[in-house]
Amino acid sequence: MGAIIEIDHLSKQYGSGTKALDDVSLTIDEGEIIALLGPNGAGKTTMISIICGLVVPTGGTVRVGGHDIRTDWRGARKLIGLVPQEIALEPFEKVINCVRFTRGLYGMPPDDAYIERILRALALWDKRDAATRELSGGMKRRVLIAKALSHQPKVLFLDEPTAGVDVALRREMWQVVGDLRREGVTIILTTHYLEEAEEMADRVGVIAKGRLLLVRPTAELMGEFGKKTLNIELDTPLDAVPGDLADRGVVLTDGRHLRYDYDTRAERTGIARLLGDLAARGITVRDVSTRQSSLEEVFLSLVSEDAA
Amino acid sequence: MSALNWHGIWAIFHHEMTRFFRTIWQSLASPVLSTVLYFVVFGAAIGGRIQSVEGVEYGAFIVPGLMMLTVLQQAVSNASFGIYFPKFSGTIFEYLVSPVGWIEVTLGFVGAAAVKAIMIALVILLTSFVFVGVHILHPFWMVAFLVLSSLGFSLLGFIIGLWAKSFEQLQIVPMMVIMPLVFLGGAFYSASMLPPFWEGVAKLNPVLYLISGFRWAFFGLADVPVGTSLFAVALMVVVCMAVIRWIFATGWRLRE
Repeated sequence: MGAIIEIDHLSKQYGSGTKALDDVSLTIDEGEIIALLGPNGAGKTTMISIICGLVVPTGGTVRVGGHDIRTDWRGARKLIGLVPQEIALEPFEKVINCVRFTRGLYGMPPDDAYIERILRALALWDKRDAATRELSGGMKRRVLIAKALSHQPKVLFLDEPTAGVDVALRREMWQVVGDLRREGVTIILTTHYLEEAEEMADRVGVIAKGRLLLVRPTAELMGEFGKKTLNIELDTPLDAVPGDLADRGVVLTDGRHLRYDYDTRAERTGIARLLGDLAARGITVRDVSTRQSSLEEVFLSLVSEDAA
Repeated sequence: MSALNWHGIWAIFHHEMTRFFRTIWQSLASPVLSTVLYFVVFGAAIGGRIQSVEGVEYGAFIVPGLMMLTVLQQAVSNASFGIYFPKFSGTIFEYLVSPVGWIEVTLGFVGAAAVKAIMIALVILLTSFVFVGVHILHPFWMVAFLVLSSLGFSLLGFIIGLWAKSFEQLQIVPMMVIMPLVFLGGAFYSASMLPPFWEGVAKLNPVLYLISGFRWAFFGLADVPVGTSLFAVALMVVVCMAVIRWIFATGWRLRE
């Protein structure tokens, strides 16, 4: 797959001197899902807003599908759909008219069959004649997605798509994103829910203070930065961890459980040696389990490293 | 320059007209009621004491002024509200991220506002037939002045809507500037009825030129040359278009 978005040395500095985005370069391939993570004010929304045309950059270039966003903005914008962070809908307008309107704005001829398809896919068909003010928050967010998809974009920006929605709806949104991925839509999402990125994204980008700290495939990032914990359940309770094992970082969490943290990047994790030592001491292991650190922990570790 | 996004223009125009038709009776009832009141007060009560103005019955004489008063008010309020409401509700982002430029957005909003104002003006003209006999001497020029004035003031309203940061600001220009200019622009009298000094002052009022040209199309009577009236309204259209283009190019009150 070729690149669909090429961001080259993109910067945004406000009149006050605040650098919202500092020399960001990133290439996103067609059909990819990339999650942008970062604390509030990191520059995620600024980046999306520049690409979509809401904010004027102070430096750098962006090309979408080969179209420069400033010199060939019509070509670039036709390829983009945006689901903004804030729910903004005409309160008195019917759902179906809202979606038809957006399709028209993007220069597309009417196509009620396609609009019916996306409204059905988003479970909004039964509400098509309802005014948007009558809908629940989750439904309003789905209307925003329907509007963003109304002109069959190649790139979809989801700016915190599940902010403030309940767990069930969040799962539903993930389902929608999964369906879009299967249709080949490139998706760039920002989120505070890190499990969302872990669940959906092919790659994760971490932004802090306007700088793109890294971009890695999600699995690679987890492997590279992830720590794992080995939990060992013992057959017979212990009073204390044997001396040399404690020196290696083994902790007795309760009488029957030992915990051992290890780095997946290390050449030797020390697991085989630990289990061997336990057997040599006649300590019988009943069960073992491992737990990978979450992306949230990885993210916090990266951001704190940058701050240091 | 890229080709115009006609579907985009139609989407905005249709959206604005749908809003108008959703409240069609409120949209029409208010101007019609006002017109009837003006005819009762100015036509019957005061007009009874003014037999005619330059040979035209006073009740008929005020019809062009009444139509222009309504056109200006409606054009400004429809266009300013049309663009301000998306700013207020947050849906303005759609216009900024979609492939529509300043010309498409302006044509969509201003076109709809002008059409609404013209429709209401025509309803007022029909209403006036109930009260007075009105004969239109130059129908083509009547339509031309009506369309140009609607466009000019819709463009002005559009600028007000782009500029406004609150509903109060949205109201202040129509209330404090447009209404006085219309009343002092000869809606209910001829500038020639004023003393020479005040007639000179009145000619500094741009609205006088619109009303004068419009009244000429009805009765062949004008306070200023018709060519000057046409030039004034055409100049207003051009200046407003230039201002709107500048606003979109710089992103003033639209983009960060």
